[in-house]
Amino acid sequence: MDLQVNDETHEIRSDADTPLLWVIRDELGLTGTKYGCGLAQCGACSVIVDGVVRRSCVTPVDGVAGKKITTIEAIEADEIGKRVVAAWIKHQVPQCGYCQSGQVMAATALLKQTSHPTDQEIEAAMINLCRCGTYNAIRAAVHDLAGAEAGAKKEA
Amino acid sequence: MDTISMPPASETLPTGEASNISRRRFLLASAGTVAGSLVLGFGLPVESARAQGAPARGTKVPAFLEIRPDNTIRLQSSFVEGGQGPFTAMAQIVGEELDADPATFIVECAPPGPDYVVTDTGRRITGGSSAVRTSYPTMRRLGALARAMLLQAGSKHLNAPVGELATQPGRVVHAASGRSVSYGELAPQAMDLPVPAPDSVKLKDPSQFRWIGKPVARVDVRDKSTGKATYTIDVRVDDMLHAAVQHAPRLGMTLGAIRNEEQVKAMHGVHSVHRLPGAVAVVAERWWDARRAAEAVQADWKEAGADSTLRVMPADFSTEAFREQLAKASGAGDEAESKGDFAAALKGAHTVVEAVYHSQYLKHAQLEPPSAVARFNPDGTLDVWVPNQAQDIFLADIAERTGLAPSKINLHTPLLGGFFGRHFLYPAASPYPQAIQLAKEVGRPIKLIWSREEEFLRDVARPMAVVRFRGGLDADGMPVAIEAVSATEGPTEGIANKRNAGNVDPAAVEGLAGKSYAIPNRRIAQLYVKTPMVLGYWRSVGNSMNDFFYETFLDELADKGKQDPYDLRMRLLQGNERLTTLLRAVGELSGGWKRGPFVAEDGTRRARGVAMASPFGSQAAVIAEVSIENGRVKVHDIWQAIDPGSIVNPAIVEAQVNGASALGLSQVLLEEAVYKDGVPAARNYDMYPILPPSRMARVHVRIVESGAKMGGIGEPPLPAVPPAVANAVAALTGQRVRSMPLSHYDFNA
Repeated sequence: MDLQVNDETHEIRSDADTPLLWVIRDELGLTGTKYGCGLAQCGACSVIVDGVVRRSCVTPVDGVAGKKITTIEAIEADEIGKRVVAAWIKHQVPQCGYCQSGQVMAATALLKQTSHPTDQEIEAAMINLCRCGTYNAIRAAVHDLAGAEAGAKKEA
Repeated sequence: MDTISMPPASETLPTGEASNISRRRFLLASAGTVAGSLVLGFGLPVESARAQGAPARGTKVPAFLEIRPDNTIRLQSSFVEGGQGPFTAMAQIVGEELDADPATFIVECAPPGPDYVVTDTGRRITGGSSAVRTSYPTMRRLGALARAMLLQAGSKHLNAPVGELATQPGRVVHAASGRSVSYGELAPQAMDLPVPAPDSVKLKDPSQFRWIGKPVARVDVRDKSTGKATYTIDVRVDDMLHAAVQHAPRLGMTLGAIRNEEQVKAMHGVHSVHRLPGAVAVVAERWWDARRAAEAVQADWKEAGADSTLRVMPADFSTEAFREQLAKASGAGDEAESKGDFAAALKGAHTVVEAVYHSQYLKHAQLEPPSAVARFNPDGTLDVWVPNQAQDIFLADIAERTGLAPSKINLHTPLLGGFFGRHFLYPAASPYPQAIQLAKEVGRPIKLIWSREEEFLRDVARPMAVVRFRGGLDADGMPVAIEAVSATEGPTEGIANKRNAGNVDPAAVEGLAGKSYAIPNRRIAQLYVKTPMVLGYWRSVGNSMNDFFYETFLDELADKGKQDPYDLRMRLLQGNERLTTLLRAVGELSGGWKRGPFVAEDGTRRARGVAMASPFGSQAAVIAEVSIENGRVKVHDIWQAIDPGSIVNPAIVEAQVNGASALGLSQVLLEEAVYKDGVPAARNYDMYPILPPSRMARVHVRIVESGAKMGGIGEPPLPAVPPAVANAVAALTGQRVRSMPLSHYDFNA
C-alpha cells in the first residue's frame, strides 16, 4: 500500500486496519503526531487529510491510501501552517506542548477551509483537549489569525 | 505549606563520586557534546572536595554549562520541563548573571547525581512548585561564576587586566581598546581555568536586571509548535522492539494462566508474550500490533496473596461506599492546628453552623500516556528513559531493582507531556520496571507504552476527604470559632503505605490548617481512614480540595452572620497588609467587588464568588463569575491576583495562572474518579471528562510582587478557583455547594 505523507510517497507494510497514527509514528518515524487516547477524544493525533483535519488514532490506514496527508512535520511548508506556527510563537501558546501538534493542525485545517472564521466556527473547530489549560492562548492565537473582524466580535 | 515529602538525594543515592565523573564524561560524549566546545572540564577535584566537606551547591559550573563555539549555551537543568517553564526560568536566571541572552540557551534535563542538587532543601525533585524559589540564588551564582571564568579567559585573550573588562550579552568587551571577543571564542581558553570561589563573585543589583522579571519568550515554544519536541514516548533507539501490557484489573492480583497464549503469539507482528508481576506483556516490532495482542490476552487473575507488598484493591471497593465510610468515621482526629479554646468558644457562640463537605478522587490525566525505554548495553550499563520528576529517587529504585550500581545506569528524563504530580515514584504506577524486565528477557531494547486505558487503571489518585465543620459566630455575625475534622488519608502517608501514629500528614490538611483569617479559636484535625486506593500528589496537593472546603464553609458562616463574604474576609485579615492588599487587588481587577445576583449585558443572571488560598509559599485571591446554562454551571470569568513574593517571568506566571485555573475548573465542574467492584468506571477521557475548551473561562491575572520570600507558581493559582466558583454558584442559586464536582448538582436558577 502506498501512502502519501508530506508530499512523499511511502510504501507501507503495516496491516491495512492499523490506525494511521501508528503508521506515521512507528513505520515512518514521524513522532510529532501524538498518541493521547486512541479514541478520538483528545485530538493530540490530528493530521490533515485532503485539507480536512482527521484524528489519525481512529483512521485505518487503508482508508487514506492515495490521499494527501500532512503531519506537523511539514506544517511550515504550508503557507497557512506557517502563519499558525508564527501565531503560536507570538502568543507563547504551549506549556507541556504534548497536545500542541494537534492544536496547530486543527487551527491550520480551520483556516484552510475558511480564512476568516466566526467565533462559532472557531469554537466548533478548536475542540482538542489540553490538560495544561492553554485554551485562552489558543483562542487568542486563532482570533489573531482569523483577522480583526472576527476578533472584534469576540464575546463568550 | 510545602508538604511533598521525598527523601533528600544523599539518603537514597549511593554516591561513588569517582565513577560518577567517568559516567558523566560518557554521558556528555553520548549526549552529543559538540566537538571543540567548552565543556569546561571537570575543574573541581571531587574526592578532595568531599573530604573537605561538601562544596557549596551549584558551584560545579562545568557540570551545568557548555558554551559552544557558535555562542549557544547548553544548560543542564536540575529541573524537568513539563510545561511550567523551569527551562526558560533557568535560562533567564543563569543568563542574567552570565550576561547571555536566554534565547541562546539550549536547556536539557540534567542526569541524576549529587552535582545537580541545587536546591536549598537538599533534595532534587521537580514538584511542590519549588524549582525557581529553591534554586534562585544558586543558579544566579552559577551564572556569575561562569561569567568570572570567561572574564579570566578574556583577560588573557585580549591581553588586558580583568578590571578593565566588561561583558555585553555573549561577549567580553575591552572598552578602552574597542576590542571584544565572543564567549564561544573564549571557550577553549576557559577550559582549563579553575572555578572561582563561590563567594568571590558579586551578584547583580536587581535594578540592573535585563531578563529577570521580563516576559522573556519560552525556550521551547518553537519546537513545541512544530512537533519537534521529544517526549519519552517519542524516543527511538536502534534495534528497539515495542511492548504493550494488560494489567490485572485490580492492583495486587497476580497472573495465573494465559488461556489463549498460542493464539496471541500467532497474531500479526507479535514477537513474544511475557509474564510480568501483575501484568501480561506482548512484544512486537510495532506498538499497534503489541497493543492489539495485549488487549486480546485472556488471562486468569488470582487474588492477591497475604504477602503482597502492594496496596491491594478489594473486589468490593466502591468510591460511593467509601465516601459513606468516611462520613461515618467518628472521633476527634489528630490535631494539625489548634489555637485558643475551640470547645469553649463554640459553647459561648451566638450562632453555631455545622456542615459536612466532601471531595472526590481525581486522576492526573496528563495527555502523554506513560512509557519507558530500556536498553542494556554491551558494556554492562543500562539506559532508561522514563517520565519522572525525581531523578535521584528513580535512579536509586532502578539500582535496587536491577542490582546494578547507580554508576552503571543512565537515566534520561525527556520533556514531560504534562505531569501535575503524576511522575513521582509511586508503587506500580510507572512502566520502567516492566520495560527493564522485558529488555532483559528479549535481549533487545524495549519501548513500552501504556495505553490510555492501562494508564487510567494504574494512575494514582488525589485523595478523597469528608470534612465535618463546626463554626461559631458572635452576636455581630463574626466567626469566633472554627473546627474542621477531615476524614481522609493523606497522599504522603498513603505513598509510604504506613502511618506514624498520631502524626498528621501535613499534605492531608494543608489549606484547612494554616489559614490566615483571624478566627481566634480553631481546631483543625485529621481523622485517619486508610483507603485501598493508591494515592498520589495532584497539582496543589492537599490545597486542591482543602481550600475548597474551608473557603466555601467560610461563605456559609458569612451568610449565617449576614455578612458580605468579601467584606468578611477583609475584616478577618485586618492588619495583614500582604493579604488585604491582595484581596483589594482582585476586587479592583474585577472592576470592584459585587456579589450579585445581577443581570449581565447579555441578559443572563449571574453572581460572583470570592476565595483565597496560601499554597506553596504564594498567596492567591480569586473572584469567579458564573451563570446557569441549561441547569449547568457556566464560568464566565476568573479574576486572580497572585503574590509569589517576587517573580522571574510574568508571561509564564500568567500562563500558569491560566493553566492552574483550568485544572481548578476541571475539578470543580467535571472530574471524578469513580470505582465500582474494585475497578475504575473510566478508562479513557470518554468517561473521565476533563475540561474542554468550551468550558474554559476568561482568566484575568494581576501579579502582585510584595517582596516577601519567593513562593511557587505552578500550583498556587489552583486552590482558590474551585471555592470561588462554588461560592458564586451558591450566591446565584441559593443552594449550598458542599461537594465537587458540580456536575452532580441540578441547578435551575
